[in-house]
Amino acid sequence: MGDEAPTSVARKDADFAGIQSSPDFVELKKRHRAFVFPVLGLALVWYLAYVLLAGYAPDFMAIPVFGLVNVGLLIGLGQVATTFIVTMLYVWYANKKLDPIAERIRDEAAEEGVR
Amino acid sequence: MNPTAVLETSTSPGEPLINIAIFGAFVLVTMVIVFRASRNNKTAADYYAAGRSFSGPQNGTAIAGDYLSAASFLGICGAIAINGYDGFLYSIGFLVAWLVALLLVAELLRNTGRFTMADVLSFRLKQKPVRIAAATTTLVVCFFYLLAQMAGAGGLVSLLLGIPDKVGQGVVIAVVGALMIVYVLVGGMKGTTWVQIIKAFLLILGAGVMTIWVLAINGFNLSTLLENAVAVAGSDDILAPGKQYGLSDITRLDFLSLGLALVLGTAALPHVLMRFYTVPTAKEARRSVVWAIWLIGIFYVFTLVLGYGAAALIGAETIKAAPGGANSAAPLLAFELGGPLLLGLISAIAFATILAVVAGLTITAAASFAHDIYANVFKRGKSEATDEVKVARRTVVIIGIVAILGGIAANGQNVAFLVALAFAVAASANLPTIVYSLFWKRFNTAGALWSMYTGLGSAILLIVFSPVVSGAATSMIPGADFAFWPLSNPGIVSIPLAFLAGWIATLVTASKKEDPAKQSEMEVRSLTGIGAEGATQH
Repeated sequence: MGDEAPTSVARKDADFAGIQSSPDFVELKKRHRAFVFPVLGLALVWYLAYVLLAGYAPDFMAIPVFGLVNVGLLIGLGQVATTFIVTMLYVWYANKKLDPIAERIRDEAAEEGVR
Repeated sequence: MNPTAVLETSTSPGEPLINIAIFGAFVLVTMVIVFRASRNNKTAADYYAAGRSFSGPQNGTAIAGDYLSAASFLGICGAIAINGYDGFLYSIGFLVAWLVALLLVAELLRNTGRFTMADVLSFRLKQKPVRIAAATTTLVVCFFYLLAQMAGAGGLVSLLLGIPDKVGQGVVIAVVGALMIVYVLVGGMKGTTWVQIIKAFLLILGAGVMTIWVLAINGFNLSTLLENAVAVAGSDDILAPGKQYGLSDITRLDFLSLGLALVLGTAALPHVLMRFYTVPTAKEARRSVVWAIWLIGIFYVFTLVLGYGAAALIGAETIKAAPGGANSAAPLLAFELGGPLLLGLISAIAFATILAVVAGLTITAAASFAHDIYANVFKRGKSEATDEVKVARRTVVIIGIVAILGGIAANGQNVAFLVALAFAVAASANLPTIVYSLFWKRFNTAGALWSMYTGLGSAILLIVFSPVVSGAATSMIPGADFAFWPLSNPGIVSIPLAFLAGWIATLVTASKKEDPAKQSEMEVRSLTGIGAEGATQH
């Protein structure tokens, strides 16, 4: 192995069109997109807001909160925190809501291949 | 110890011999590991994808090693030390970008492709033209990134090894390039990955020790650290954004443009994408990104402390006056804290960083040439795997030589913009097509070609006619002036343009439908992992 065109690695006998229209797959696709698109959208909007605040509202960012630690520094560290939180949320969601269905579809496709 | 006193007598603080000895030890240890790892390099999957045998945490550490280049370690520390908050602002984009990789790209790519980005992009479209386009953007991004790293090596040499003359620096660039060729030639992806894992570990450990040290000096109080930095700087404008990017409307827009390129470019960097093929399953690809996000995020928090620490303990003026300028902030801080030994350690890590990043770029470019152009375009997918790997190895040598010559030629030139340009090209030329082909059913070959070439062409053209190339004192060609485009970062125009081009071209050529069976196969495989190639057995 090692030199086939990329597609030939896939099981030729797997009925991809059939799987694509199966209720399980439709549900998997729906769940994947229902998480990925809105969450990524929010994260990017939050980042964009941060960049715009830094560019166009530096006085707001310079307001001290405690000691010399100001709003800007807290929002910046907040970006790091939200990145970590989104990462953990996605791992939880994928393990709980995506992986079991994907596994079921994989198993069923493998069984059909045997038959 | 006063670093300025040392600087007056030598171009380098500390002992160049200690620096070289520690770096030599790193090279020795990694060489042994690379030779051991190379014993199983038999198939193409072994050479390009390390037999898909790395675990998520291992690959995540390697991703961090690949991503935290000398530019991000030395550059961001220096930027914070001199420009304060704006340096930090810069680092946030590099981190948030990983959410795009985690949520949209990593797992789907791992499930559909085998070795290169083009595998995924050409999956359900016309193989030949799409592969050529994807390989072109891959090679362009890798070349820009590579050149910036190699040119940066020259500056580092003068700073860390005390070699001020261009000939001596050229020799060191050649040595770095030659070492890199050996790593990649012998070790393939497995060897390269181990170099990156070791380097990431040392880098994060070194930065972590220095961070705790700086915090300890300041009573573990961030506010005290900031107070000391402000006292040395003599002004509190380093605490708020604006010092670098807030000068005018142009600089603000420029930063917005850069931010877009950073956030959307990371998940489309070919050498980052290729790392997802080194793990056995999509779930491990997910774990890799999670590990990478934690390591990179923590590292950037470290650089925040180190940057302000350098501002407080050394001072922006001293840093600017040192050889290497802003890049010398982290090494000078290491010297201030731990004397020549810690400086030697940090210097060796900085060198290892260049070596590891260059190796990762080279194997990506070589794989793309051998797998996409040679095997799938020239030989139409009918080449022997052994021939393909042979071509890849030859390409590694050629790229290595080009990198050495380019690095020597670009040494001392202002080519820092090349890294930002690499991100902008990745975000404009690659990301739209990656997203469309994974998520948009009707997307077709014309859409992919228009999007990729529009993104690539517009990003490069805008850079050529920007102040980074001509028309300003800091330009690459300061004498000439053909800069009629005011922004140094093309992303804000080229990224939307490429998305638009892909969309319009697909709609205009809607009659040319792609094979619906391929679309079904790609969608099912990307989400379920059916038919994805697992780890090779030895």
